[in-house]
Amino acid sequence: MLRNRWVKIAAFVLCLAPLGWLGWRGWNQDLSANPIEFITHFTGDWTLRLLVATLAVTPLRKLLGLPDLIRFRRMIGLYAFFYGVLHLTTYVWLDKFFDWREMLHDVGKRPFITAGFAGFAMMVPLAATSTAGWIRRMGGKRWRMLHRLVYAAGVAGVVHYYWLVKSSVRRPVIYGLLVAVMLGARAWRQGAKAPAAKPAALVR
Amino acid sequence: MQLGMRYSEITPKHVYLNRRAFLAGLPVAMLGAKRALAETRLQTVKSPLTTSGEKLNTFQQVSTYNNYYEFGIDKDMPSVNARNFRTSPWVVSVEGDCARPRKFSIEEIQALAPLEERVYRHRCVEAWSIVVPWIGYSLSKLLEKVQPTSKARYVAFETYFDRRQMPRAEGLDFPYVEGLRLDEAMHPLALLCVGMFGETLPPQDGAPVRLVVPWKYGFKSIKSIVKIKLQGGMPRTSWNAANAREYGFYSNVNPNVDHPRWSQKTERRLGEFFKRQTLMFNGYGDQVASLYKGMDLRANY
Repeated sequence: MLRNRWVKIAAFVLCLAPLGWLGWRGWNQDLSANPIEFITHFTGDWTLRLLVATLAVTPLRKLLGLPDLIRFRRMIGLYAFFYGVLHLTTYVWLDKFFDWREMLHDVGKRPFITAGFAGFAMMVPLAATSTAGWIRRMGGKRWRMLHRLVYAAGVAGVVHYYWLVKSSVRRPVIYGLLVAVMLGARAWRQGAKAPAAKPAALVR
Repeated sequence: MQLGMRYSEITPKHVYLNRRAFLAGLPVAMLGAKRALAETRLQTVKSPLTTSGEKLNTFQQVSTYNNYYEFGIDKDMPSVNARNFRTSPWVVSVEGDCARPRKFSIEEIQALAPLEERVYRHRCVEAWSIVVPWIGYSLSKLLEKVQPTSKARYVAFETYFDRRQMPRAEGLDFPYVEGLRLDEAMHPLALLCVGMFGETLPPQDGAPVRLVVPWKYGFKSIKSIVKIKLQGGMPRTSWNAANAREYGFYSNVNPNVDHPRWSQKTERRLGEFFKRQTLMFNGYGDQVASLYKGMDLRANY
């Protein structure tokens, strides 16, 4: 079933749906009294959600016995990057209006901006090397090494959110727990299979 | 790209209110209960203390974008969750170091002095701002009624709290408390506020009575007050208790002292695309700067 082309198209459309929803609300002038803040939070939320979804693919493949889920991982990861680009663009363009000096000041002085920017920077090489061509060129082993950066990007995203909120940390903590479960599942699996001959091939 | 500027003006207030009344009225109608859906009009007089030369924000902006953590931590939550907040009967106890402590009903507060319409700039610590035509009178008029004694140096304020009416409250220790130095509280600009836009306050904006201190960050302007206490020591304040490094007792609007996590140099006026410069004391320096003569405002943030 997961190999069906239409399933992939459906997943593609599903990942695009939040942007459609945002556009629809914008069209209806329904972006709250502070539209720029609304767009910033909305795109940030979806970056984090899709990052968690990307990290969930490998554990779910094993847990559900659905190895074909791997067919969606690249797409979900690229969508996380896509929403991350929208999030950063909102900040650079709508919020700061290309005030580079002010932004540099932010990256240096405000830890939550620094964390968010670091998370985004780590996603760039992953998006750039997401094609089959790059896997071939780099070799599977090195490619997998590089793509473990997604773990750090997930952590950076959570830290970014945690440092940003004013008082209630409930939501960032929920994302933190989700990321922890995804990374924990890998550590646990790796621990269980540690004596195996080719650990690199087993860890994703 | 002027999203916020036009959409809010597209929906006239009466249409918006009708829509809201319709939606809010549905469950109430089904229960057969009766409730006033719109706010009541208030008679006001002109005030020399009003701020001129500012374009007002719309009622919709001011009543759907609220920080009122008792009704939820998102800006759009209070306007939904506070809809059935009971603001009548309402009693404010004024007590502590004063010769004539007493309780005031909300009706007494509304009738205590002529109600003035005062347009104020309102600057949130989160770097957004609005311009609101508030209704009320100087807090000093209420405080004079109870005759503060010489022991009184500060005024402590407390917001109503009831978990049953505020099940979505989170993020702070409740009840919410705030405070002013007595001379700040007696300053004519410190407004005891019972309305806005010509009517009584909607619940999400702090009904039935709140404080508006226009030269300080918005969180100092405590909502839905039930207790005012005159005292000798500096009162505990909610945001300071939550994070002392980020929120000081004074919290005067000051573009030169950044919040540890963001700049306070600029602000976004709701409805405007470009940020504007934040003014010292939110532009009320001529009136209030003397209160802080000789004080290090970087240390006393």
